[in-house]
Amino acid sequence: MTEITDTAGRTPDCPKDLKEVLDPGRYADGTVLDLAGPLADGEILLDEVIPARAPWSAVVKSGQVLTIVDVGGNQSGDFLLYNAQDTAERYSVPDTIAGGGNVYVRTGTVLRSSLGNSLATVIANETDRQDTIGGACGKESNTLRYGHHTTSEHGCRENFLAEAAKYGMGARDIVSNLNWFMNVPIEADGTLGIVDGISGPGKRVALRAEMDILVLISNCPQLNNPCNDFNPTPLRMIITERA
Amino acid sequence: MATVADQHETDTVGNARADARAQGGKAAAAMAYRPASSTPYPPPGVDADTLTWAETVAGGNYAHKVLARGTRVRLEDVTGEACAHVLAYNALEPWERLNVADTVKISWQAYLGTGHPLLSGDGRVLATIVSDDSGRHDALCGTSSARANQARYGDSAPQGPSPSGRELLTLAAAKHGLAPRDLPPSISFFKGVRVEPDGGLTWTGSAGPGKAVELLAELPLILLIANVPHPVDPRPAYTSGLLRVHAWRSRPTAPGDAWWDAAPEARRAYLNAADYCAARGL
Repeated sequence: MTEITDTAGRTPDCPKDLKEVLDPGRYADGTVLDLAGPLADGEILLDEVIPARAPWSAVVKSGQVLTIVDVGGNQSGDFLLYNAQDTAERYSVPDTIAGGGNVYVRTGTVLRSSLGNSLATVIANETDRQDTIGGACGKESNTLRYGHHTTSEHGCRENFLAEAAKYGMGARDIVSNLNWFMNVPIEADGTLGIVDGISGPGKRVALRAEMDILVLISNCPQLNNPCNDFNPTPLRMIITERA
Repeated sequence: MATVADQHETDTVGNARADARAQGGKAAAAMAYRPASSTPYPPPGVDADTLTWAETVAGGNYAHKVLARGTRVRLEDVTGEACAHVLAYNALEPWERLNVADTVKISWQAYLGTGHPLLSGDGRVLATIVSDDSGRHDALCGTSSARANQARYGDSAPQGPSPSGRELLTLAAAKHGLAPRDLPPSISFFKGVRVEPDGGLTWTGSAGPGKAVELLAELPLILLIANVPHPVDPRPAYTSGLLRVHAWRSRPTAPGDAWWDAAPEARRAYLNAADYCAARGL
């Protein structure tokens, strides 16, 4: 029986059967799955594949690096960060935008908190830019965007709420987020929207935690727009620490 | 040298009471007008008897109110130097609140203006921007933090010379039982920012004195307002002018109104709000 490994020979953990999760036949025709590997050197402390549509969370300690791999390409990873010691301090889209003077997230962007503090810094990024304007999809907001026939569909807001509940958090704690590997251009007249992605299989982004942070991610289950190419695929999360 | 204390005779309880009571009835440039119909600045075309809120907010200060569904709120930038940082909550379930990402994404528009619905994260419209002659607003940069104001102006405390928006909204929220966890990103009126093709921000500033924005409450709302400089205002001095607030009884957006059918996303947001209100008996 063949083990599934990345090019370095490493097999990530997975809450479900990794062979099934990484079986291209389970996804749209032509899907390529690339596990890539960590974007930072150091000891691997955690290495896990998030199945399509699922939430995930972890604490990343100050100085550790989190690599997020877009395994199937153009898979939005909706992402929130909290001060792990006091979750009332959490990621702030406007503090990040005003602090960096730019609406797009790229290498060097400091992810700031609601108190203006540095939660994490983007230290490497393999797409042109990442999104932090487009927010998260949700069961209720889908009815505005696509119609009431979508009422039964699962969304990122539900993933966030389910994962946040593990830490005693709820609706008050869910704020506007980052979207790794999602493409939201703003045109000159302010028109904006989610368009076809600019990522691809195996593309990565890496963050260095500037304090101990709790991260929540929703591997976006959206089926009605191109944020995941209408084909939800897995993400790989790797936490590394320099010796 | 004469001191303020010299002007007050407060050596006994009786004298102190008389001294305190003698202070009533004074006017200030920034103050609440009670009853609201007594405002010296009634909005044009509005029957003063329908007013439910009249207040002038000082620069570097804040205001807040619980508003009935169907209330129309007028914010006026008196001097051209106000910047109204606004948060809105469903007054009945305040964990439903302004969601800036949904507000811009679902409307396919980053810049706020007339007709823009202000959406919650629960698929409903909280309020509609029903009038705007400024056009200089922002939904991207939020409000100022203590950290930023201490770095820029040397102080951020609410009691100091350069309060941050975050600290003032924290106080306004606390007066409705809300905590820092209840403060999502806010929007601001009367100071503009535009996005360049590379994502960079360009400050467009003020449209001048006397500009006004009107919001229509589509659900019962807790409205919080901090009047502080915009976080990317490039001027070195803390510059913040008077903000005038008036509100009066009107009615929520209904089928047949222009905003109801302005866009399919907005129509479903109004439908969801109407559905919520019908179920709650509002």
